[in-house]
Amino acid sequence: MKKLINDPATLIQDALHGIAAAHPQLRVDFENRVIVRGDAPVRGKVGLISGGGSGHEPLHGGFVGPGMLDAACAGEVFTSPVPDQMVAATQAVDGGAGVLHIVKNYTGDVMNFELAAEMVAADQGTEVVAVVIDDDVAVQDSLYTAGRRGVGATVLVEKIAGAAAEEGRPLAEVAEVARKVNTYARSMGLALTSCTVPAAGRPTFELPDDQMEVGIGIHGEPGRRRVPVAPANEIAEMLVSPILSDLDYTGGDGVIAFVNGMGATPLIELYLMFNEVTQLLAKNGIPVARSLVGPYITSLDMAGCSVTLLKADDELLRLWDAPVNTPALRRGV
Amino acid sequence: MDTKDLTAWIREFAGLVAQHKDELTALDSAIGDGDHGVNMDRGLTAVVAALEAEPPDSPSALFKKVGMTLISKVGGASGPLYGTAFLRMAAAADSVLDGAGFAKVLRSGLDGVVARGKAQPGDKTMVDALGPAVDALDAALASGAGTKAALQAAADAAEQGREATIPLVARKGRASYLGERSAGHPDPGATSVTLLMQAAASTLGS
Repeated sequence: MKKLINDPATLIQDALHGIAAAHPQLRVDFENRVIVRGDAPVRGKVGLISGGGSGHEPLHGGFVGPGMLDAACAGEVFTSPVPDQMVAATQAVDGGAGVLHIVKNYTGDVMNFELAAEMVAADQGTEVVAVVIDDDVAVQDSLYTAGRRGVGATVLVEKIAGAAAEEGRPLAEVAEVARKVNTYARSMGLALTSCTVPAAGRPTFELPDDQMEVGIGIHGEPGRRRVPVAPANEIAEMLVSPILSDLDYTGGDGVIAFVNGMGATPLIELYLMFNEVTQLLAKNGIPVARSLVGPYITSLDMAGCSVTLLKADDELLRLWDAPVNTPALRRGV
Repeated sequence: MDTKDLTAWIREFAGLVAQHKDELTALDSAIGDGDHGVNMDRGLTAVVAALEAEPPDSPSALFKKVGMTLISKVGGASGPLYGTAFLRMAAAADSVLDGAGFAKVLRSGLDGVVARGKAQPGDKTMVDALGPAVDALDAALASGAGTKAALQAAADAAEQGREATIPLVARKGRASYLGERSAGHPDPGATSVTLLMQAAASTLGS
């Protein structure tokens, strides 16, 4: 294992110190491992918090700032944060208009956020609404599993619901916007290589040089199938067609198309993939209204990518275009 | 059994988990994310330290401290599940427990796990060991067994429940993404529950 670390045990804390040093506009609560918008709580604005296991950076801490999240909780690598962290984050961002919890659909994350909401309700009476993100079409038999996983749509939810909150809309409406994004977004991912969790020191799974895993999860969970490595245009087809067969994308205002890097794939390959994806969409009569290309929800040093398509309408596009100022996503400011 | 006896049970559980940490982690590596042993050991080490720093004065206070500490320190899914179990046990506990009182407390813990995790028997989770253990404890006490013998029956039932998870296909948690590939391995949560019940059989009842 070759990594830029001092000690796996201090990885999260060391990285949080780096975030604090690089982004003085953010506050970092090192004890609770919470990254908070510097001017939080913003009076009268719904607070947005998220969080999850570390290793998916820039998600979530890189999306803290005006127009997106108010706070993010960092768990151990690939392990949900604990309720104390979410309670601290909720308290830090409560501006009197309630707090939205954005939760990726993993058993641990859902239960820890649930407990946090119960603790907040018992202690302070802050109104909390949780929205669970589950956009991964790779999980087919959702009745007999923990359900679809939360992946790429999480980034879009944080941006779009963040813009709705910034407009001063009430908690119920901000939650509704978040649910709408989740309802109309689908994702599918692919791994060319495994990731290596620093504490484990070896690859999470074995993947031969000539094979790739289609339908991979962001923690290296197994996908739908393992196939020989293929040209990018065929890979794009493997990712886009299960999405299009899961949701009817025709008849709207086009899609927000998001090609995400898993951590170790260079941007030049992601742009090449984006080209393949747009060509497939054009063939299916689906216009691309907006785009996002880059490593935004990663899986440590995994090579590969995921595609997320969000069926857009006027409201979603307007909120997508709204100004945002965070370490990882910044425009219109 | 009083606060002191029940504290000994928790300490024994912590000791067994520390002893089997690598085994729990290996089981979890096969079908989960490979951190059950490490996470439970971290949580129970914190529990033992908290109980030493401020010894609780009632079974209820003991269980509450255990539950809150596990929720704060374990993370993942086991933190909320074990934590909720102990918090429910705290709410159900009288100041001194006889066998039947302990059985009632344990059933409250099981109810908490089911409420939090929404697992059904056969989903390949800790419920598959804890459910049979609680049922066996009730049945043994009802048939007139002494507390010690009844707890041994409960520990045996937990072990059998754990063994029975081996052929099952997981329907909850991260293992469920494996589908058929999750069969052939015991559930790590059911395994740690077996340690909890073994600790009860060796420390409680006389």
